[in-house]
Amino acid sequence: MDFGFGIAPSSSINLDKVDLSLYRKVKEVEPDIERCMACGSCSATCPAAKFSGMSVRKVILGLQRGQQKEVRKMLSNCMLCGKCNMVCPRGINTRHLILSVCRYFDMKEEQK
Amino acid sequence: MTERFLSAYNNFVLPFLFGMGFVLIYCLIAMIRIWLQLSADDKKKVLLSLVNPKILLKDIRDLFCDCLFHVKLWKRNKLLGYMHSSIAFGWFMLIVVGHIECFCYFPGRLKTFYYPIFFRFFVAESQSTMQGSFFFFLMDFFLLMVLSGIVLAIIKRIRSRLFGMRRTTNLSLTDLIGLYSLWAIFPLRLFAEGFTADIAGGSFLTKSLNIVFHSFLGNHLNMLPTWWAYSIALGVFMFILPFTRYMHIPSEIMLIPLRNAGIQISNPRKGLAKVMVYTCPSCGVCIDACPMGITKRNNRDATVYLNRQLKRKNEGRIEEISDKCLLCGKCGAVCQVQIPGDKLRIAQRSLRKYDVSPDYSTIDAASLTPRAEGKVLYFAGCMTALTPAISKAMESILRKAGVDYEFMDKDGGLCCGRPLWMAGRLEEAKQLIAKNEELINGSGATTLLVSCPICYRVFKERYKLGDIRVVHHTVYIDELIAAGKLKVESADELSYVFHDPCELGRGCGIYDQPREVISRMGKLVEADKSHDESICCGGSMGSLTLGFEKRQAMTENALRNLTSENPDAIVTACPLCRSTFARYADRPVEDIAEIVDKKTL
Repeated sequence: MDFGFGIAPSSSINLDKVDLSLYRKVKEVEPDIERCMACGSCSATCPAAKFSGMSVRKVILGLQRGQQKEVRKMLSNCMLCGKCNMVCPRGINTRHLILSVCRYFDMKEEQK
Repeated sequence: MTERFLSAYNNFVLPFLFGMGFVLIYCLIAMIRIWLQLSADDKKKVLLSLVNPKILLKDIRDLFCDCLFHVKLWKRNKLLGYMHSSIAFGWFMLIVVGHIECFCYFPGRLKTFYYPIFFRFFVAESQSTMQGSFFFFLMDFFLLMVLSGIVLAIIKRIRSRLFGMRRTTNLSLTDLIGLYSLWAIFPLRLFAEGFTADIAGGSFLTKSLNIVFHSFLGNHLNMLPTWWAYSIALGVFMFILPFTRYMHIPSEIMLIPLRNAGIQISNPRKGLAKVMVYTCPSCGVCIDACPMGITKRNNRDATVYLNRQLKRKNEGRIEEISDKCLLCGKCGAVCQVQIPGDKLRIAQRSLRKYDVSPDYSTIDAASLTPRAEGKVLYFAGCMTALTPAISKAMESILRKAGVDYEFMDKDGGLCCGRPLWMAGRLEEAKQLIAKNEELINGSGATTLLVSCPICYRVFKERYKLGDIRVVHHTVYIDELIAAGKLKVESADELSYVFHDPCELGRGCGIYDQPREVISRMGKLVEADKSHDESICCGGSMGSLTLGFEKRQAMTENALRNLTSENPDAIVTACPLCRSTFARYADRPVEDIAEIVDKKTL
């Protein structure tokens, strides 16, 4: 049906070259990733933090910014103990989130 | 007894012969394939177990108790037990007695497969003897036994609650064909033998039937079609058997020696796991047992459906089911054929490939190693770090008892590796285990005290700690009290219920010590379902995909079960159960250490 007018397509230009494919893929399997409010409870409890600087908050942030290398480094000492899962005030299933990142992380993509 | 036909053959035996031949060849090939899939070590173990008289005796005992008498089912529900054992044992005896009868009269005919099965058709009674009527009676008796089982089976299809089952499995089409042909076999046999009762003889069942319905059953023209129908029912059942749940009959015979040999599941599709999957009789006992079943949608995620999807190789559903499970192990505890649903799922999870794999080699063990020469080393674990009340209480108890101890992970330590193991990341878990072994073995401690059942289980099962004794705090406290090192100040009037954590109870078999401790502190009441049937709190690390909200219904259900006797407080021995319950409970939830700390001097 033509009413004689339409909505102009968005003319905003995204100059960000960040690769968000991993973030999108993880969001698909664990949509709760969007609920993170970056409170840092997970960072405070993480036993791997002192070894590799692991923090689920930073992992999520890194994914949103396309910082795959930093994410991989942080994940390298995660022991999947589930403390972050228990303290998360937003009820995010962090263990599944971490496993999904590990699973869909594309090594070849990172080396490019 | 004389033979009625010189050829001792009639075309009607063909459906039975084909079915029998097919099922035998199928099982033989399946057996060879399974054997080839076993690793060299496993093969050696199985062969050695077959020459070990102790294990061999256990094999034979299990074969009789599990396959024929269904002892576990009897313990669960008498009616259910009778139903299954009457069909299995009755049918087995019909075959055995049939063969003995054939052997007594015409031993030469034994080499044809069909003769003992259709014995009554081929023979005529020439004179009545004691021996003859004894066999007639036995055959009729066991036939009646099977028929009564079939009647119960039909009733069970309509009202399963009478048999103590709230929910039963939804049968697939092939299962239904198998079921109906199985139901048809025995009435048809009764009918067919009723026709020949005035020729070949019979007892209280077949003979009476022949006399009562003489105008029909006395007419020998009707005889052959009924024998044909009987043979076709047998043939259909045997043809369809490998593709239905009735495959559990031959499978279980293979599973028992494999299991008793002590081999473990390594691949969820091969070897032992494959035998287990085919041994699942789809009885559905695990559906009622599953703690996730409180949400109706999860009913399809019980172990019985995992087994079915594994048979169908439906990858999507297999992954979904195995990732969702809480790994509480209750399905294995109630399973009639002892299929460990949790281990099957962990094996399935371990097949997944990850692009990022953690590496713990950079962790410096030397700086983390505690100094505890000759002392008790207390490992609280990650979960206890989130419930400091437990570790504080534990420390206070140790001080009161005058135990020389060292707190290993006071400022945070390494994870025990069990959560990684449950997620199926076995190699990573082994790395972490090796790291922890280095720490603990280097500490010089004599005892490793653990207050978390999750850690306790992996320490017990996977760690090589030499002479260091691994002990859970419930057992340790019990010992301290028994030795008089801890004095109970005052037992009070309050009543407590003990929640068996999955990993402590079903996982490690510790049920009595915590109860012993609690009964010294106050009045101990039991939950509706306890011990190896206790209901998981819903907080388990086992589930990968269950989100926070989806677990609430499970926790509330577990709480309802615990508070059936209206206790004043809920006591548990797992930091994870404690914090999960505390979220929704209407009464205090405490760890056993906290209670003991309050009530001792």
